[in-house]
Amino acid sequence: MIVTENLTKYFKDFCAVDGVSLHVKAGKVLALLGPNGAGKTTTVRMLTTVLRPSSGTARVAGYDVLENSGEVRGSVGVLTEDHGLYDRMHMVEYLDFFGKIYDMPDGKREERILHLLEKFDLMDARDRRIGKFSKGMRQKLSLARALLHSPPVLLLDEPTSAMDPASARLVRNAIKTLRSEDRAIIVCTHNLAEAEELADSIAIIRTGQIIAFGTAAELKEQLLGPGEYRIQLAEPLDGRTLPLPSDVEITKKGSDWFTFRVEKAQHTNPLLIQNLVATDYAVVKLEEIPRSLESVYLQAVNQTTKEGGGHVD
Amino acid sequence: MWTDFKKAMIITRREVRDQFRDWRIIAPIIILTVFFPGLMNFTAQQAVDFVGKYGAPIIADRLIPFLLMVVGFFPISVSLVIALESFVGEKERRSIEPLLSSPLTDVQLYLGKLMAVMFPPLIGSFLGIAVYLIGVYRQVGWAPDITLLIQVIGLAVVQSLVMVSGAVVVSSQTTSVRAANLLASFIIIPMALLLVGESMIMFWAKYEVLWWAIFGQAIIAWLLIRTGIAHFNREELLGKELDSINLKWAWQVFRDAFRGEKASPWQWWRVNVWGILKELKWALVLVLLISVGAVFVGITQADVFPIPAGLLDWGNLEEGLVTGIEDFGPIRFFSVQGLGIIFLHNMRAIALDSLLGIFSFGVLGIITLILPFSIIGYFSAIMGQTGLSPGLFLIGFVLPHGIFEIPAIILTGALIIRLGLTLVTPNKDYTIGEAWIRTLADWTRLILFLVIPLLVVAAFLEVFITPRIALALFGG
Repeated sequence: MIVTENLTKYFKDFCAVDGVSLHVKAGKVLALLGPNGAGKTTTVRMLTTVLRPSSGTARVAGYDVLENSGEVRGSVGVLTEDHGLYDRMHMVEYLDFFGKIYDMPDGKREERILHLLEKFDLMDARDRRIGKFSKGMRQKLSLARALLHSPPVLLLDEPTSAMDPASARLVRNAIKTLRSEDRAIIVCTHNLAEAEELADSIAIIRTGQIIAFGTAAELKEQLLGPGEYRIQLAEPLDGRTLPLPSDVEITKKGSDWFTFRVEKAQHTNPLLIQNLVATDYAVVKLEEIPRSLESVYLQAVNQTTKEGGGHVD
Repeated sequence: MWTDFKKAMIITRREVRDQFRDWRIIAPIIILTVFFPGLMNFTAQQAVDFVGKYGAPIIADRLIPFLLMVVGFFPISVSLVIALESFVGEKERRSIEPLLSSPLTDVQLYLGKLMAVMFPPLIGSFLGIAVYLIGVYRQVGWAPDITLLIQVIGLAVVQSLVMVSGAVVVSSQTTSVRAANLLASFIIIPMALLLVGESMIMFWAKYEVLWWAIFGQAIIAWLLIRTGIAHFNREELLGKELDSINLKWAWQVFRDAFRGEKASPWQWWRVNVWGILKELKWALVLVLLISVGAVFVGITQADVFPIPAGLLDWGNLEEGLVTGIEDFGPIRFFSVQGLGIIFLHNMRAIALDSLLGIFSFGVLGIITLILPFSIIGYFSAIMGQTGLSPGLFLIGFVLPHGIFEIPAIILTGALIIRLGLTLVTPNKDYTIGEAWIRTLADWTRLILFLVIPLLVVAAFLEVFITPRIALALFGG
């Protein structure tokens, strides 16, 4: 659905996006994670044909961004960084305007507008001027505009920014629903929890290059090393030796608990439990110590060495 | 085309509705539509009464149509304000990106905006004209003849088109409303001059000349619209953040384009001078055709403006010619000084014509450049009328240096057309400024390495050879 190969964008001498390759299939969500000025918005703008790539190629919904720019724009729903709303218009009027631009037939347009207003809990405000909307409502309306023509590709730039927690939850749930409708979705976000919750895969972008890519779990593994686990015992250790498999590395130890790292948890953890039980340790709990995506992100961003544009599939 | 119009109308309808919700736009239009024509009615009544007392009704006869034009123009002036912020205003309000990301084509988006800023003031203008006409008819019983009414309405439409299309070009090429407002003087000043000219025509009562004003403005509006669409660039509109004159950058672009690829001098000349002629092919053909046309226009004018028989003393032709050639005003024939004067005169003409061309999409530059062809045609015909051979006149006075000078003029004309057309030609690889600077580099290269050498040779021939041939043929 979205395929880019070595997508590059220069603004005069400044390289904003440097050899980005992305493959996002239908039904998948890719989160583009990166600091301000990393190239997320520029990438999205190239995918909407508003910016012309300096080099590289991009196909969106099967159309080339240079050769078939009109078709690309017709196949994409965009939530822009700025809401881009007309303050003097009413909400329904605004959506109707964009519905006409996207060639939606009259009856279908009306039906779809009402459906989206319902979906985003905006029905009560349908007759109010957009200028009187809160930031969250504006964001929801922008999202409704992006979804209006049921595009096969969605590009969402900061979809929940400025929203209260309830609205943000509503929008996140909506995005999850959209994924199940066989859409390819790219979400640009600073919100790490959101990226982890919504995305099938995450690409961390910095200075125009993709510096890390994978699922949240893969990224943690790649950037923070093997997972860490904690075992809680029923009784104190009292100086007894632990029967550890060879690849288990103890990281911390308490009176009745210890934490450890292990390369192949699926294989080693059952063996460890077996050993402990066999040597009369009563295991109360085995849990993975949660590692935040924030640590992954900071680790990736702080890495000083860059290895060129990554390839994301 | 119909699809483009339909899609453009979606934008237009939204924007017009938006304008009608903004009292800051509607209030001036209403005032200029209702109050101002009333004031003009009052003025007309007073003028008619006043001049009637002194037996000068002609002043009233001229003032009333003039005021009709004025009431038609004033509401249109509002369109300039709206048009100036059409694109850049949306950019500043950050509402442009969803539109740019929509499937609308550049033409649809541009036309939609153009029509949106034109329609409300134009409707205001028509209403103003109607209010004025009703008032003036009731007060002094004056009604325009249908031709004048069509002309005034036509003027209102083309004036609105010129202002709006110019302002939309400005709006789509600047980065802030402030910058667009500052650049508005490039529209206001020519429009003011135009209005002064139209007012003179109205008082002169040469109403048929108004057709030319309408025609000329329609052409300018078309060129401006084409310029706007050709250089409408989503990326520039969204991406450019600062308006600044970057002379260093402009110089670098010019220098790089002027230098071209590195090569031996001969190879460089072949590619970067001679090679450009291929690109100028159609412009050269066009200038050639226009020049031939100019000669014919000159020939036809010989019948309209014949030189009185007594003025040409063919009996003293030999003596007169010798004196004339040896002492022709400031030009000293058969001297290096004369060569310099002729060469500098030609260079000045090239510079001025190119400058005129820059500000008029090439049109004015070409018109002034080809004037000598009309003069040649005119004098050839005059010679024919007096029994001398026009062919001999051409051989004696024109051809010896013309062999070099005429190609130089035609080449310059083609370069001027190219400079003008760059502004109305779509270019996806370069911005409007960059494309124009590159064309200017081509202009400079060809002028320096082709036109100037031709003109030097032509000046030499004109000073030292042509007079001899003329003397040999006509001086005995």
